Amino acid sequence: MNLKLLKQKIYFNFFRIVTAVVVAFLIYMIGTFVYNGIGVIDWTFLTDIPRRGMTEGGIFPAIVGTLYLTLATMAFALPIGIAAAIYLVEYAKEGRIVGAINSAIINLAGIPSVIFGLFGFGLFVVFMGLGTSILAGALTMSLLVLPIVIAATREALLSVPKSFREGSLALGATKWQTTRNNVLPYALPGMLTGIILAVARAAGETAPIITTAAFFFSPSIPTSPLQGTMALSTHIYYMATQHPNIGLVRPITYGTALVLLVMVLSLNLIAIIVRTRYRRRRNW
Amino acid sequence: MSLRIETRSLSVSFGEVQAIKDVSLQVLANKVTAIIGPSGCGKSTFIKSLNRMNEIVGKATTNGSVLLDGKNIYDKDYDVVSLRRKVGMIFQKPNPFPKSIYDNVAYGPRIHGTREKTVLDKIVEENLKKATLWDEVSDRIAASALDLSGGQQQRLCIARALAVDPEVILMDEPCSALDPLATAKIESLIRKLSEEYTVVIVTHNMQQAARVSDYTGFFYLGKLVEFGFTKDVFENPKNPLTEKYITGEFG
Repeated sequence: MNLKLLKQKIYFNFFRIVTAVVVAFLIYMIGTFVYNGIGVIDWTFLTDIPRRGMTEGGIFPAIVGTLYLTLATMAFALPIGIAAAIYLVEYAKEGRIVGAINSAIINLAGIPSVIFGLFGFGLFVVFMGLGTSILAGALTMSLLVLPIVIAATREALLSVPKSFREGSLALGATKWQTTRNNVLPYALPGMLTGIILAVARAAGETAPIITTAAFFFSPSIPTSPLQGTMALSTHIYYMATQHPNIGLVRPITYGTALVLLVMVLSLNLIAIIVRTRYRRRRNW
Repeated sequence: MSLRIETRSLSVSFGEVQAIKDVSLQVLANKVTAIIGPSGCGKSTFIKSLNRMNEIVGKATTNGSVLLDGKNIYDKDYDVVSLRRKVGMIFQKPNPFPKSIYDNVAYGPRIHGTREKTVLDKIVEENLKKATLWDEVSDRIAASALDLSGGQQQRLCIARALAVDPEVILMDEPCSALDPLATAKIESLIRKLSEEYTVVIVTHNMQQAARVSDYTGFFYLGKLVEFGFTKDVFENPKNPLTEKYITGEFG
């Protein structure tokens, strides 16, 4: 056989194996959680509070807590992130300042989440006196997902052809009318994809809420944003490392992890579906 | 014969690059004025300076003045939104919005506050007729504008521009993306439009300029080299550069 062809064969097979290893690990990981976690998941596990020093019962407060935290996070991050992206893409004149803002946003996305946690603890919990609360946790996490929301909105806005804007402006529409009527509607599906991914990120984050919002144990559902809450991600962390009897609660840890995994993966799946449907429907 | 637009020592530059230099030209009402010249001569920049579309790009600096009905559109307090309503524009590539044919034509009137359906219906029909598209689409105005052919799309864009009741229509090489048959339709439409509107058309096609326009300006390297009756410019050019361009010695 020709040496070149042999080389090609070797390289391709190497790449193929590497890819297979990655996929295998993913399947192995998900498989582990499904195998170990599925056994404890039943109706009681999903709807009951933790009982007997969290060795029995369910994880209902953690599920609700994660939902609250995620929703509250998006309530802050969406309006601010979308507004900022619209400003940067549609209004701000390109130049040094916009370049600086854009690189600041990219850098914001690279900051470790535990730093956000410490920052949120200092600013929201202590300085602003919000205490360990959903509000403090949501504000902290909104800073964390803000770059994702801005980047997704930015990309979606930039994918709308310039001619849509020019055509509208040439008819005497104002910039805002143009953005609202002839840009945003076409950017929306793309924005949605990115936003769903940001939601998934917020739902899974642990470090930022350990310091700002999460309780080790709470038998009740929070009734005010100024209360702290259990959450799925922190529950997994506490059960795996802080519980007095880690071995005994291992199945609960796996069960909780599986619930969180299913939640986050479903969100990602929805994002993929939205994206493919939008690509198929998009005709410009 | 009344004056509609007059540019006085108009210069436009993008950063360091000066696109047009010291252009003074008059556009008469209800006439077709053609702007010709080789690629990069500034003809597109010139036409876009007439409705201040250059500034959308961002870094355009404009000096001199453009008077529309006697008022300088580059004055600080001139309302650019009302300007673009009065001076409509047709782009090189047909740019229908991904909406229905109806919604494309109704876009402008809706932006400007017309809500009643009966009024909009009337505007849509009237302007599709003016753009000679009505007969082809009257049975499917709810269909997507993107399903139309290129020539139909361009006539739709003309109908859309007419729907906000402009005085002037700027056309930036409106036929460059179209086949000869579609081009012929647009050209006869341009002649018809000049009865009611003032038309300024940029074209790289000299035959087209000769066929549709009353006046022609020849641009070269950002300068207006020659301006006059189309007939004179083509049959009796005063400047040797114009003659060379028209006879195809460069371009």
